[in-house]
Amino acid sequence: MTDQATAPVAATAANSTGEGGKSPKVRGFMADGRQRSWTAIIVMVVLCVLWTLPTVGLLVTSLRDRDSQAETGWWTALWTGGWTFENYRGVFEKAEIGTALLNSVIVAIPATIIPIMFAAFAAYAFAFMDFRGKDVLFIAIVAVMVVPIQVAFQPLLNFFGPNGIGISGQFIGVWILHTGFGMPLAMYTLRNYMATLPKTVIESAKIDGATHFQTFWRLIVPMSVPVIAAFAILQFLWVWNDLLIAKLFLSTDNSTVIVKLQGLLGAQGQGSELLPAGAFISMLIPMIVFFSMQRFFVRGLTSGAVKG
Amino acid sequence: MTAGTDNTVDVEAPEPGDPTPPEDGRLNGGDPGSNPEAARPAKIVIGLVGFVIAGWFMWNACLSFAYYPQWYGNSKILIGLLALVVGVGGAYLLFYFLNMFVEGLPGPISRWLMPYAFLAPGYAFIGLMLLYPAIQTINYSFANADATEYVGLDNYRTVLTSSQFHEAIFNNILWLIVVPVTTVCFGVVVAVLADKLSTNGEKVSKSVIFLPMAISFVGASTIWLLVYQYDPPNEDPTGLLNAVWRAFGGEPQTWLQNSTLRLNSFLMMVILIWLQVGFAMILLSSAIKGVPEDTIEAARIDGATELQIFFRVVIPQIKGTIITVFITVVILVLKVFDIVYVLTDGRDKTQVIANEFFAKLFRDSQSGQASAIVVILLIAVTPVLIYQVRHFRNEELGR
Repeated sequence: MTDQATAPVAATAANSTGEGGKSPKVRGFMADGRQRSWTAIIVMVVLCVLWTLPTVGLLVTSLRDRDSQAETGWWTALWTGGWTFENYRGVFEKAEIGTALLNSVIVAIPATIIPIMFAAFAAYAFAFMDFRGKDVLFIAIVAVMVVPIQVAFQPLLNFFGPNGIGISGQFIGVWILHTGFGMPLAMYTLRNYMATLPKTVIESAKIDGATHFQTFWRLIVPMSVPVIAAFAILQFLWVWNDLLIAKLFLSTDNSTVIVKLQGLLGAQGQGSELLPAGAFISMLIPMIVFFSMQRFFVRGLTSGAVKG
Repeated sequence: MTAGTDNTVDVEAPEPGDPTPPEDGRLNGGDPGSNPEAARPAKIVIGLVGFVIAGWFMWNACLSFAYYPQWYGNSKILIGLLALVVGVGGAYLLFYFLNMFVEGLPGPISRWLMPYAFLAPGYAFIGLMLLYPAIQTINYSFANADATEYVGLDNYRTVLTSSQFHEAIFNNILWLIVVPVTTVCFGVVVAVLADKLSTNGEKVSKSVIFLPMAISFVGASTIWLLVYQYDPPNEDPTGLLNAVWRAFGGEPQTWLQNSTLRLNSFLMMVILIWLQVGFAMILLSSAIKGVPEDTIEAARIDGATELQIFFRVVIPQIKGTIITVFITVVILVLKVFDIVYVLTDGRDKTQVIANEFFAKLFRDSQSGQASAIVVILLIAVTPVLIYQVRHFRNEELGR
């Protein structure tokens, strides 16, 4: 009771005397006047350590030479040593990870952007037009999102293969596949966001004589940039991190960094010290994308899935 | 007073005697002089021809990337850039001409057709990449190994009686029970606790928990392979788990080969949970922040404890989000493949359906049986699918 009574007092004190973050510190309370919860702090610190430790282990191991990796735990590296950059050089020279990285970029960028073009038009139709069968068609999208992509492999391997149109092993097949597989989620996410945009904007554009095509490009696309960015990040991560499609539909020359990493995982003995370095390199670009655009990503995820 | 309000409302509505309904006329954006409802043959022809040419060009440009890489100097980068131009530019032209064609049609037909024109290209992709293959897979599931002849239900009989498949079903059910529940629980706990931290503390801790979302299944498997590393008792431990285990006096274990009580499967589930909690937390956190403060305040005034408030006030209000997260993780778990494939490949009683499919299709070259497995997987996701659709409808009604 007393705690709850003092909390607002602390808050008002902070508001009246403090400018911005420079409020007087009251013991047991945070700058914004809420009570400090030690349970929350301790549990979260423990969880954060648990969540980071495996990745830190990988990073440290990737920076140690073959013998140190095999003989001592990575947590002893501070005093047992064995630090080296050789693994990173080795992974570029022996495992050709540079080519694989380039392939990953070449696969991921068109496979991220192209589905958005097609999905945005469909999302516009769902959000702003009335037509027969609208509900059924959109429900179909919700349903298709659940279908496992494995259903597509055998028939599409045949279709893309030498007996079909003969593009298997090439990037183009993978771009088309990712465009198709990403389409339901793209339509769903974009439509959910567009449905929250004010209808009056469309109405006034209509009165000004704009066609749907013009309204789409001049109004809706600019207003949907946050969700487009969010979906783009999601799709980029999914395409970059995908193993199955890349493994089945790309030739060895074109294989992505994830397929390369899976190959390294299988190779025991000679060259196994390169594995942690390879793994870390494969994570670097998605992590950069993820961190630099986290804000968009979170906003898009929540606007699509949480009712607003 | 009433007269004033009536006036403002009436401004919007068209007069009954108005000669042309303003909305329809202006929608087509035609010349003021001509009848906007009439067909415009020029637009129809240009639109149709343009649409066909754009489609033809896109298709052939795409094929040329695969057939004649020498045209592009065998440069992957150039092909990638051109694909971006052809993909985005081509899509723009495709929609531009399609739109022109539909606009050229007489007013009522144009308005009727326009939504479908906007939907068609996207649906074409879904049809080609998901629906057609799904039907074909069902078809293959009744055919022999190289799809040359129908064998009736033989594939289903073989698959459903194989012990390896029973193993996979059992493990998938185990994954289905453990992973979504644990992920959601962790997600709720992290979301609630992070909400109690200072602004910076919340930001940092959320980023840390969220980070694994950027990591691939293969990358995560590599990370955890190090954690589960085995070294004989006479050597120093290099795996974190064995180090901790030995510190408490245990014998070093080959964790991923230890199928006692399905330990190895559980250890692989840990990887998936580690990857997914961040996603669960983000959605749940924003739902929790959306819970109106006054409902909590009211409960507090009524003398409810913090735990009671959490379970009786907060949880019911974020139920929709919990279900959304739960379904998403269930769908993911049903298809779990990469982790098992790279770590154990189904050895030591760790098989799962998706990996069994992969093994049947590529290791055993039994495409008929592999297709049967996918069809069974498809049937298994159907209840989730129906639930997902119903959940979506409920959410829409609440919007």
